[in-house]
Amino acid sequence: MAAIPRSLYRGREGMWSWVAHRITGVAVFFFLFVHVLDTALVRVSPKDYNAVIDSYKTPIVNFLEVGLTGAVLFHALNGIRLILVDFWSKGPKYHRVMLWAISALWIVVMIPGFYFMTKHTFEQMFGGK
Amino acid sequence: MTDNQNGVPVLLRPRSQRSGRTNYELYSWLFMRISGIILVFLVLGHLFIMNILDGGVQRINFGFVAGRWASPFWQIWDLLQLWLAMLHGGNGLRTIINDYAERERTRKILQYLLIFTVIFIVLLGTLVIFTFDPKIS
Repeated sequence: MAAIPRSLYRGREGMWSWVAHRITGVAVFFFLFVHVLDTALVRVSPKDYNAVIDSYKTPIVNFLEVGLTGAVLFHALNGIRLILVDFWSKGPKYHRVMLWAISALWIVVMIPGFYFMTKHTFEQMFGGK
Repeated sequence: MTDNQNGVPVLLRPRSQRSGRTNYELYSWLFMRISGIILVFLVLGHLFIMNILDGGVQRINFGFVAGRWASPFWQIWDLLQLWLAMLHGGNGLRTIINDYAERERTRKILQYLLIFTVIFIVLLGTLVIFTFDPKIS
């Protein structure tokens, strides 16, 4: 059978976790850029800083914060997995199992995370206390 | 993607070239792992404190920042977080630019833009932490 030319990284969990690692990394980097700029407003005046921080408290930005947290958490967990693949002798053997493990952990952390991060927003939108 | 010997995929030559005789790429690889572990604690801790603890983001304002930065502990936390995150993220973006920028000129322009941004943000953030004045009006 003739060999089909293919790259090392085509398909399956290894490539997709690599893609997700890059995308979340870039997203977090761009947020960090903006976040240092908005925090720098504490050197301008309390009024200007508070005005920008108030936008962080609006429902839409609040949901974006959940997205950011999800991106950071995936990047962190997958980063730990990467380190284990690189340094743990059995890492390469269990890289796929570890991906499912961190995915499960991500969901387990994000459910209460979503609840506590958006609690105020939901109360604001739908009444409550 | 076309390198192929007997059906076995072959690693392409890395686009992040070895610079002279130094082990720059090795140290860069190691730095990503070491800074990554430290950042897991710093950044997830930061997100937990800011977004979940004591009413989360709703309680943050100038007074809250003033209270935190009165303590050297949080100043050092934020300083370390700023430096490590910018260098970790900057190095990640450097790799991504090397991977995807096809033209040498484009690559150079993006790399200079990146290094300028990293230096600017690190210096600005450091300045803000060290010169913070709670009595500013």
